[in-house]
Amino acid sequence: MMRRRPVVAILAAAGLATFTASCASDKPATSASGSPAAASTAASEAPAAGTGEQSKFFVQADYEAQLAMRSQTPDGPADKPWEQAIAPQMTSTAEYKKDGPYEICFSNAAVNNPWRQVGWKTMQAEAAMHKEISKLTALDAEGKDDKQISDIAELQAKGCDALIISPNTTATLTPAVKGACAKVPVIVFDRGVETDCPVTFIKPIGGYAFGADAAEFLIEKVPAGGKILALRILPGVDVLETRWSAAKVAFDKSQVKVVGVEFTDGDAAKTKSIVSDYIQRYGKIDGVWMDAGATAVAAIEAFEDAGLPVPPINGEDQQDFLQKWKDGDLTAVAPTYPTYQWRTPIIAALKVLKGEEVPKLWNLPQPKITSETLSTYLQPNMPPLHYALCGCENMPGFPENWGGKKG
Amino acid sequence: MRRTLPIFGVLAVLLVAIAVVNPFFLEPAGFLGFVKRAAPLVILAAGQYFVIVSGEFDLSVGSLVTVEVVVAARLIDGDESLTWPVLGLLLVLGLLVGLVNGAVTTLLRVPSFITTLGMMLILSGAVFLWTGGAPRGALSQGFRAFGRGSLGPIPWSVLILLAVGVAAVLLMRADFGRTLVATGDNERAAALSGVRVDRARILAFVLSGLAAAVAGILLGGFAGVSAQVGQGLEFQAITAVVLGGVVLGGGRGSVVAAMAGALTLEALFTLLNLYGISGALEFTVQGVIIIAAVAAGALRLPFRLRAST
Amino acid sequence: MSESEQIGAVPARTPPFWRTRGSSPAGVVFLALAGVILIGWVLVAARGGQFLSLENLVGVQQRSAALGIVAIGQTLAILAGSLDLSVAYLISLSSLVAAETMAGRDGNIVIAVAAVAGISAAVGLVNGLVITKLRVHPFIATFGVALIIKGVLDHLYDGPAGKVPESFQHLGYDRLGPLPVSAILWAAVAVAAWFLLRRTTLGHRIYAVGGDQEVARLSGVRTDRVLIVTHVLCSLCAGIAGLLLASRLGAGAPTVGTDGGYDLESIAAVVLGGTALAGGRGGVGGTVGGVLLLATLDSVFNQMEVNSFFKDVVRGVVIVTAVAIYARRKHGRRA
Repeated sequence: MMRRRPVVAILAAAGLATFTASCASDKPATSASGSPAAASTAASEAPAAGTGEQSKFFVQADYEAQLAMRSQTPDGPADKPWEQAIAPQMTSTAEYKKDGPYEICFSNAAVNNPWRQVGWKTMQAEAAMHKEISKLTALDAEGKDDKQISDIAELQAKGCDALIISPNTTATLTPAVKGACAKVPVIVFDRGVETDCPVTFIKPIGGYAFGADAAEFLIEKVPAGGKILALRILPGVDVLETRWSAAKVAFDKSQVKVVGVEFTDGDAAKTKSIVSDYIQRYGKIDGVWMDAGATAVAAIEAFEDAGLPVPPINGEDQQDFLQKWKDGDLTAVAPTYPTYQWRTPIIAALKVLKGEEVPKLWNLPQPKITSETLSTYLQPNMPPLHYALCGCENMPGFPENWGGKKG
Repeated sequence: MRRTLPIFGVLAVLLVAIAVVNPFFLEPAGFLGFVKRAAPLVILAAGQYFVIVSGEFDLSVGSLVTVEVVVAARLIDGDESLTWPVLGLLLVLGLLVGLVNGAVTTLLRVPSFITTLGMMLILSGAVFLWTGGAPRGALSQGFRAFGRGSLGPIPWSVLILLAVGVAAVLLMRADFGRTLVATGDNERAAALSGVRVDRARILAFVLSGLAAAVAGILLGGFAGVSAQVGQGLEFQAITAVVLGGVVLGGGRGSVVAAMAGALTLEALFTLLNLYGISGALEFTVQGVIIIAAVAAGALRLPFRLRAST
Repeated sequence: MSESEQIGAVPARTPPFWRTRGSSPAGVVFLALAGVILIGWVLVAARGGQFLSLENLVGVQQRSAALGIVAIGQTLAILAGSLDLSVAYLISLSSLVAAETMAGRDGNIVIAVAAVAGISAAVGLVNGLVITKLRVHPFIATFGVALIIKGVLDHLYDGPAGKVPESFQHLGYDRLGPLPVSAILWAAVAVAAWFLLRRTTLGHRIYAVGGDQEVARLSGVRTDRVLIVTHVLCSLCAGIAGLLLASRLGAGAPTVGTDGGYDLESIAAVVLGGTALAGGRGGVGGTVGGVLLLATLDSVFNQMEVNSFFKDVVRGVVIVTAVAIYARRKHGRRA
């Protein structure tokens, strides 16, 4: 271990140099650092049978706010939900007002799944619709926190007029976002950050509403004592934890019995295997709750292959699920996390640069698809993994740019 | 053959343990369901075996499986009449990828770890470049039947697995098998005794590519189109082969044991699930078992650390 | 291939190390790097941008520092004829241990660094012991250890945790002129590794063990000990990278290592730098070039806004082509 000495020496020298030399820092200068972690107010109720302990991501106040928002009427044009906002608290943007044309930059967490693909195409189409946007510069962080931090730094240097950020991780991107706020108006959407320095944070109502919509539907359709299987993608992702924690609250209060909570990794084959195992073990499963719809069809097929009727189930607004729902006349519901939220940041950026007021917290409506509205969202010409709530039907280049077929 | 026996013992113990918790496992339908689920991994393991026994690695099979499924969905696009032509095309695609892997590894002398790592990047990038980021199109019912349907009580995938297994055993008993093992055992000696080592290795990669194509057809059939169907399968296949007592670096082990290794791995997953050691610690258990299995096998053999890559 | 290399390297005695030094193709990778910079400069200038701006230069260094440090460790392991697939999970673990130990307090930095060093050294020790004493192939040994760490991570953490104090974040964000502290740290690790390999007995033994383990053993090298120490050093490098990432992120994150793909990418960087995967030939200089090449490519892609799928294709082609060129040169000389 003597061989490490040079390293230590050089490290020490480098360290000393850093602190003594007058050094530049690209680190955001922040005052009172840190902000309360989302987990601090986790409810500590007794774990109910089957659903396990409540997630440490659960925040009672946020939960109640989201559930209340579901029944509020949003402001804005009803035929353009991506421009609507629920109970907005407007904030002035006069300080950012400037003349066009504008160059807008976008630091994207990733485009590594169909949801983000649909969203990203929709955002590009939105930007193309505005002549006053001369350029949309986007960097893809490929799901890497460290790359996104560098990307945000790089974009600041490009002299963009506004910076849109879709953070890869809430906690770890916060310092980088704070740094950017000091130099350029920042718009955050999808996942949030632990700072209120962005001009606006855009999101649909949120995960609690999603989880509760699905759970309430199952509780209504599944008879008392019925067995529910809950399928989750993976633990530890805030936007998914909230979905499950809201469902847990609903299930704990109900007469249905959650016989299992399993993680599928979002893998169709694994989902199908898990559901088959539960059918084998319990003979009958009376309802399936899912925190995301990507593998809903695989879950349905497990029942079909076992020769059983498909019980009440929830999916999401992906075409393959909607098609299956219609073909099998299923008892189903599809809460959504709409991809039309990718339109809003561009609209918000233009408002900010024109000095118009925007909501500080921009809550978009988050509709759910029911059997009554199914036919309006089912678009057989679109690819199976396309998300129906893209709000992109009337945009130039639809449907080809989204992988669909004309007519 | 001495080295192949332990894996069958482990497999038997695991199967009994599953049956104790889940009696349905002893019924034909339950057991066949298990084999059906394991079939893609077992076939991949057979393909990977040929490559490993010849002294190489194939890290590209996972992304090749994804490519097969995504390509099939886009080309078939729900049209039943295209099922068979596309099936043929998929096999050719697997064969071509294997051929390139083999040619680059042998003729350009790039270590197979790097060749197939590069191929993994190229395949997963290229297929989504082609489809615009997410899968599009749909598989036909005829295509799905191979992974989903059954002939009477026996799933098609089990029959396909049996066919692949028999073919693999016959191949290893033929001249090709001896050539391959000799190549992996001592390339120079094999070359001096007239074995065309490059050709043997290229063929091994082609077989691995074909196996990935078949596994892709079964997986796409079983669960439908997905962008991540092949994720991590390359490491699972290598693990399975190694569990079967096949030595990384080549020259030792049987194909039947490699396939039994895959069944063992699948049985292990099932068992961990049944006993509720799901999620987190499952990986820790898996890691310990892999190391323990290989260590138990290796301690009785002369040390061959660096014959690989 | 590996076998032919082995055969070439089996003269009755250990090949003298200056010969292996002479055959290091580090020059090629720096030539390629210059080419990529030139192409990038032309492409970006054609779009009206400036490739060699200060932000870009800093960006390239920031992007490469963490991978660079891991790759230095990986170089040692590969030179010794081994490899390490556990680095990605170890990086995540280190970042969490660091951030949780620091818990936002300056006073805890020293303890946190010591804790990370202790844990990563322990992981390296396990890797080395499993490979040498249990005689498990390094691929399986380090893959198994990776799974074990993954299980522990999944069990203990379900998201970012801990907090890094402001003072420690200087490591990730400050710079001296155009040189980020992270890049200086990387350079320091690289220089230390270079010194180790070129000027110390252990370094010579690493080459000897990687060149031919049997020959090294017969000539009196305690090969097991060399391999174990090499793996400890490799893991320590991963631990340093974990510290650096914790300082960048302000917290520890259970997926930061795997998201970054540091396991396979570090191996790719090492071979891109001309180090033979079979061991015994190559060096740190090439690896630095390999990492810079990957980072510069990334930067060009970023400037051109190339989509990530196309990037993967190019990366794959570059890696395979580079290694094919090295193989050809080596083969040509031998023939």
